[in-house]
Amino acid sequence: MADVNFIVDGKQLTAPAGTLLIEACKSAGIEIPAFCYYPGLSLQAACRMCVVRIEKMPKLQTACTTPVAEGMVVQTETPEIAQARKATLQLLLGNHPLDCPVCDAGGECELQDMTFKYGAADSFYAEPKNHREEQKWSPVVYFDRPRCILCYRCVRMCGEGMDVFALGIQNRGSSSVIAPNVPAQMSPDDLPHVDCEQCGMCIDACPVGALTSGTYRYKTRPWEMNHVATVCTHCGDGCKTTLGVRSTSDGSEIVRGDNRDKSGINGDFLCNKGRYAFDFANHEGRITQPLVRQTNGEFKSVSWEVALDLVGKKFRELRDTRGGKSIGVIGGNRLTNEEAYLLQKFARTVLGTNNIDHHRTADYVSFAQALAGQTNRTASLRDTLTAPSVLIVGGDPTIQAPGTAWNLRTNVRLNRAKLYIANSEPIKLRRQAKAFVQLSPFGYSALTSYLAGDDASASSAASDATGLSAFRDVVKSEENLLILIGSELRGADLRKLIAFGLTLPGAKFALLSDYANSRGAADMGLLPDMLPGYNPVGSSSPLATEYTANTTSGSLAPGLDMLEIFDAAGKGDLSALYVVNSNPVARYGVDAAALKNTFVVVQEMFLTETAALADVILPAANLYEKAGSVTNSYGDLQQVKKAGDRAGVRTDFEMIVRIADKMGTNMRALVPFGKGLRADMGQTRGAQSGEADRHSIWLTAQNLEPRLSPFDPLAILDEIQRLVPGYNILRLQLLSGNDQHLSPAAPAELVQITTRRDLVLPANDSLFTSGTLGRYSTMLSDLQHNESLRPSSLLTQIQTAAD
Amino acid sequence: MSTVANSIFSPELAARFDHLVTIYPLRRSALVPMLLYAQDELGYVSDAAVAEIAERIEILELDVRNVLSYYSMLRTKPAGKYNVQVCTNISCMLRGGYEILDHCKKTLGVGHKETAPDGVFSLEEVECIGACCWAPAMQINYDFHDDLTPEKVDVLFQMYRDGQGKDVK
Ligand code: SF4
Ligand code: SF4
Ligand code: SF4
Ligand code: FES
Ligand code: FES
Repeated sequence: MADVNFIVDGKQLTAPAGTLLIEACKSAGIEIPAFCYYPGLSLQAACRMCVVRIEKMPKLQTACTTPVAEGMVVQTETPEIAQARKATLQLLLGNHPLDCPVCDAGGECELQDMTFKYGAADSFYAEPKNHREEQKWSPVVYFDRPRCILCYRCVRMCGEGMDVFALGIQNRGSSSVIAPNVPAQMSPDDLPHVDCEQCGMCIDACPVGALTSGTYRYKTRPWEMNHVATVCTHCGDGCKTTLGVRSTSDGSEIVRGDNRDKSGINGDFLCNKGRYAFDFANHEGRITQPLVRQTNGEFKSVSWEVALDLVGKKFRELRDTRGGKSIGVIGGNRLTNEEAYLLQKFARTVLGTNNIDHHRTADYVSFAQALAGQTNRTASLRDTLTAPSVLIVGGDPTIQAPGTAWNLRTNVRLNRAKLYIANSEPIKLRRQAKAFVQLSPFGYSALTSYLAGDDASASSAASDATGLSAFRDVVKSEENLLILIGSELRGADLRKLIAFGLTLPGAKFALLSDYANSRGAADMGLLPDMLPGYNPVGSSSPLATEYTANTTSGSLAPGLDMLEIFDAAGKGDLSALYVVNSNPVARYGVDAAALKNTFVVVQEMFLTETAALADVILPAANLYEKAGSVTNSYGDLQQVKKAGDRAGVRTDFEMIVRIADKMGTNMRALVPFGKGLRADMGQTRGAQSGEADRHSIWLTAQNLEPRLSPFDPLAILDEIQRLVPGYNILRLQLLSGNDQHLSPAAPAELVQITTRRDLVLPANDSLFTSGTLGRYSTMLSDLQHNESLRPSSLLTQIQTAAD
Repeated sequence: MSTVANSIFSPELAARFDHLVTIYPLRRSALVPMLLYAQDELGYVSDAAVAEIAERIEILELDVRNVLSYYSMLRTKPAGKYNVQVCTNISCMLRGGYEILDHCKKTLGVGHKETAPDGVFSLEEVECIGACCWAPAMQINYDFHDDLTPEKVDVLFQMYRDGQGKDVK
């Protein structure tokens, strides 16, 4: 819209017509206090804190509802305004308990700040205050009614933002009260409760301490924590979260998860897992000493030295006697990129095996192959907030990728984005959709054929043929369509869908997976047939050439996949299994007997089903206790920072390096550090023959210093950047905690579509589960229990009143 | 679509509700009239009524409760057969509204928003009922009685006890 000119506090300002005065002022660095206004939510004008004087208008005006206009002259701080705000505060404090000394919000409370600023400590009101006891609405949401200033942010957040509508306003005037959707008389325990998604967004939005969180309340004071911005360890969205940590006698404990600076790809959002499910780190079942199985079958704690010695010695011996091909390696979905990369490099160049895999939750190989040679075709999570139209095929973002769902709802609400959904289930996002096609069970394959033009597939795709045909027409007419793909689509179906999408101008794609670094695990080559960056094993890519040069045994053929590894074990062909941060035994229902003749090493936090079968358990740090980077489902790279700390545990990175060292590996070949190698890297011909060290040459060219320690993940990050196609990382962007979008696609010249076994196994997590890790979160267990108390929820019945 | 199986309301009222939701530009505009009619029929707005009204209008029960709790003339507990609403707003107050209220409390033996044990009368103190010219005034169910004195109130109550009052709920 056209710009308008106006004057605020004597400053000449310009903003697009239609901008709210409060926002225009914020952009110009002029702060106008506000309680009820929340950017992106509907306007309420309930609190009157934002009043300003606008020339030619008879009364003070609310800056949160007034759009700027040409020639407007505004005063934002005058004695008159200060007096008005002070009076507002006095009214708000009329019923407020002023229990700041014990209130969770104390120190970060907008009401406190404003009272401090406008000095409304004196009051003319002598009436007794309304008091009500605090209420526990759910394990995570508590309500202290007296502190509530009735700004209605929580109500709008839950309704408009979450599309849950669990909170309402009841009664009238000074006895108004925020009410949850399960009233006391309808609840088995005669207490009011919320039946909702438990995201805690209402708590986040509350300007005061009226809504508090079950995990954090009365635990500490905001100024006693350090605040570390990192990435959520749960789903594939990779929301930026800020962890509040406090030191304890054996490390530092995470006491709060929140979204402090709102600068991340998730905007305002965090779901319940990001906000509360950090507590697994403090679980009592945490293993903090290496355990070695004795001849009597029992575990005994040993020192790190003894454990690592044993593992190194055994790995070396088994490799040398039975060959690298007899060893299997399984990596995790919550490792950093650096760890995943190092693990596969260790497997391929030190153990000498391509028998490496991870729990795949989406088919990234086909995705990368289908997009080989394309540019600008992959979407960032940020695009879900701005794309003019979005097609979702499969998946259920509300549950599997709540951050994505939040962005989509916001996009529909604020930008009128058009959402098209094809799913075999009536997923919740259909309520925002312009068109929804309910597919037949397993109808995805037929749908991709139908979209590609095969009309005969219509009947197997969906029962509503007219709806389907209209759906295809409207989708085909979209430009710059964002196509979000669920993990149901794999292999040929996935390629077909992408091929269809590529015919639409400007269409971009994303494939949704289930865990914090599922994408990274695939990108980094935790796969038997793919090296990092989807370079096929045995190809002639630069990376493959370097690997072969370093490989002890010629591992040029693809290795065993996850299931084959366990089959081999069952047949007695697997000498050793190295499991890093994964629980395949539970996930794939592996028979314990299969592993009885295999030397099993497991790096884990807990005694999981897999760890229980190990010969050696090495206690591992989790994603909140290490540094590195992760890549979300979309290919957005973000920095992970160390927040918590636990005495006794080590990062997976460190353990891999130490084991390699104990095996007598040439460490500089594994982790490039120090001055690097001075060896012929196998390029015995051509211009580069006898070349000193590609890595250090590259470092020099990039103006990067060599790393000083083999334990520095940045050394591996350097190598990733040098070798993995698509990982052309902007360091400053990464290190300043910002996200950046990467499009790792398979190198076009190397793509060979072969029939690969479909090993995608979706995690099937609910809102309150998170794989094996989630089982160790007390808060998630409480939420599951809470959910089980309620008959199937109100959430399905809703039509909103807020139209 | 607006018809509801196993309605808790009488067939007449259910039919009326079926029609009611169709006559406004927005379905939810029918909410307040529906609440009033439901209360007239049931004596109060029960949880079951809330649920059915929400279903009929296609909004959440929470939305119904939000509105229901806003209006003091809507109740969620049964009242007496005759609900006595005594005005104590300014005109009535000046002309003895509080004496009338006190008298009612004494005679009926109940306080504000309470129901006598026999369920015949309940009492409520209300704001202006629009009968200021004939203050002090009260309303029993939907009938007005004005220019009151304690004696007149006694006569009225006797009339109602004798079954001579109008039986509108
Ligand atoms: S926790 Fe989330 S879903 Fe539940 S009431 Fe609060 S905002 Fe609504
Ligand atoms: S609970 Fe908090 S967010 Fe909700 S109305 Fe009260 S003060 Fe505002
Ligand atoms: S949406 Fe995913 S990444 Fe974001 S907070 Fe929730 S679990 Fe974590
Ligand atoms: S912020 Fe403007 S009225 Fe509340
Ligand atoms: S003041 Fe009592 S009827 Fe108006």
